[in-house]
Amino acid sequence: MGVAIDIALAHLKGRKRQTAVSVAGVAMGVGFFVAVGSLMEGSQQDFISTLINAAPHITVKDEFRDPPLQPVERLYPGAAIRIDGLKPKDEIRGIRRARARVAALDARAGLDAAPTLRGQVVMRYGAKDVSATLIGIEPDRERRVSQIESDLTAGDLESLHTAANGVILGSGLVRKLGVRVGETLATTAPTGVRLLMKVVGTFHTGAVAVDSFQAYALLKKVQVLQDRPNVINEIRVKVDDIYAARSIARSIEAQFGYKTESWEEANEDLLEVLVIRNAILYSVVTAILIVAGFGIFNIISTVTFEKARDIAILKSLGFLEHDVRGIFLGQGFVVGLCGAIIGWALGFALIGVLGSIEFEIEAFTQRSGLPLYYGPFYYAVAGVLAIVSAMLAAYVPAQRASRLNPVDIIRGAA
Amino acid sequence: MTAPTIEARKVTRVLPGEVPVTLVREADVTIQAGELVAVRGPSGSGKSSLLYLLGLLDRPTTGTILIEGRETERMDQDDLAEIRLERLGFVFQFHFLLPEFSVIKNVQIPMRRLGRLSNGDMRTRAMSLIAALGLEAERDKYPDQLSGGQRQRAAIARALANDPSIILADEPTGNLDSKNGAIVFDIFTRLAREEGRTVVTVTHDPTLAARCDREIRIVDGRVGVS
Repeated sequence: MGVAIDIALAHLKGRKRQTAVSVAGVAMGVGFFVAVGSLMEGSQQDFISTLINAAPHITVKDEFRDPPLQPVERLYPGAAIRIDGLKPKDEIRGIRRARARVAALDARAGLDAAPTLRGQVVMRYGAKDVSATLIGIEPDRERRVSQIESDLTAGDLESLHTAANGVILGSGLVRKLGVRVGETLATTAPTGVRLLMKVVGTFHTGAVAVDSFQAYALLKKVQVLQDRPNVINEIRVKVDDIYAARSIARSIEAQFGYKTESWEEANEDLLEVLVIRNAILYSVVTAILIVAGFGIFNIISTVTFEKARDIAILKSLGFLEHDVRGIFLGQGFVVGLCGAIIGWALGFALIGVLGSIEFEIEAFTQRSGLPLYYGPFYYAVAGVLAIVSAMLAAYVPAQRASRLNPVDIIRGAA
Repeated sequence: MTAPTIEARKVTRVLPGEVPVTLVREADVTIQAGELVAVRGPSGSGKSSLLYLLGLLDRPTTGTILIEGRETERMDQDDLAEIRLERLGFVFQFHFLLPEFSVIKNVQIPMRRLGRLSNGDMRTRAMSLIAALGLEAERDKYPDQLSGGQRQRAAIARALANDPSIILADEPTGNLDSKNGAIVFDIFTRLAREEGRTVVTVTHDPTLAARCDREIRIVDGRVGVS
């Protein structure tokens, strides 16, 4: 009803300062919600994509989740069993029938697979001894399965074939060793085998766990180093649909029996931290909006109190309870709407400021500047929240105003 | 014979509470169309309470009110509001104009709520009401820029906005000097005699009451007619 809106606006204009304060409160809530949302979404997307790309989507490991049952445990499943003098078998481990299995996985639609041998080594350059994980790869297959090629900052994968014992180091390792491309370092495995390896390339993924601890060499060389001829202890798999990784990993594990880890499982603790972080940040910005809502509740309550005589008159003129309630709900709506629009502008400006900050951080990932999300989602959510909370805040005082008894007020005023 | 414009039958209003107060006791009132009626009584006698009951602003505890023959006992708040909007006009002792609106906008508010006229017609009607009450020059002024007498006349113009058949006034001259009070009563007389509206006014002023067609006396909530 037009006249109700006129009266609502007249009330708001009649107390400009208080209206401005309420609007400012909502605007702050919306602005910070948008900015924090942008930062949260941006950093989350950036974080996850770095994690995803730093390692294979799925890794089939030379391990079993649960130790296999002893024969007697299998024969008598419900029994109480005690076995004395058990010793672990000393096998040259490795994934059985690895080649066949790699081929089988590769044949599946949406999957690419590559075999690797992974083992611990100590690299020595000059006076420095640095322990690292050396991964033996077949470059032709590996480049289909990981981003190693695009992560190279110097050298290329092919040099692994041409150099006698080529090795590609992560940027962190390079720093720790103080070595440069073209130079030679000594690599020793726990088996005692020692190889002189030439640095033919370096890579940088942004994930510290990878850049500071991993190196790549030819599969054959690493098999020599680890004294495990023809052994493969890891199958690395790339999937087309990264969010299906977990279920695909489970199906592979069901098929092969070996522990198969998806990127989600491998990073579960980090992802959990994300969930907690998001919960905290959302709670804080929502709290800001709730506080703004309290401000609106306060101002609308005050207005209904001060305007009691006007309400009595309107009722005597024939305005319904519904009309009176609409006048005060309308004020809540206007404050929410104006606050939302100003808040959007504020949020936009804040994002601009955040985007212009430059700095280097190195925690789980390394980057310069803040990753931000520029889409409309958080603007929309903040706008809706602002208007809804403004109207909720206005509802109770509006309802009370609509129930005021005109006779009581008029009696009291005379 | 047409139904009386306003009728009260055995109307009682008790204010609930720890010690209930009876404001109006078994009042029987009959007012015909076009009458100019004064409601008089000592302070606290219940005259305003009776007026609010007749004007459907308050509901009787027992008894019933009829407006133009219509029973209001079983009506809900929204129905009563509709009658107030279309058939009744209130004038109070204090003008109670909405302070954020000019005189002409105040007068238009009931019309806008009724929603029957176009914007142009509403403005025309408002202007003629304002002129009839001698307020053309004050048309665009705000209530705080008017004198007491001007405000009261603006309130009367507003009460007439939807062409009500009944005007109810609660001590309309109580805050005015005798000159302005006389002007207001002239207006009421004109509304009743020349325009055929029913005017019921609470007043404690005997000279003004004498100008009315008749007087309803009320003492301690009991009505006796003179």
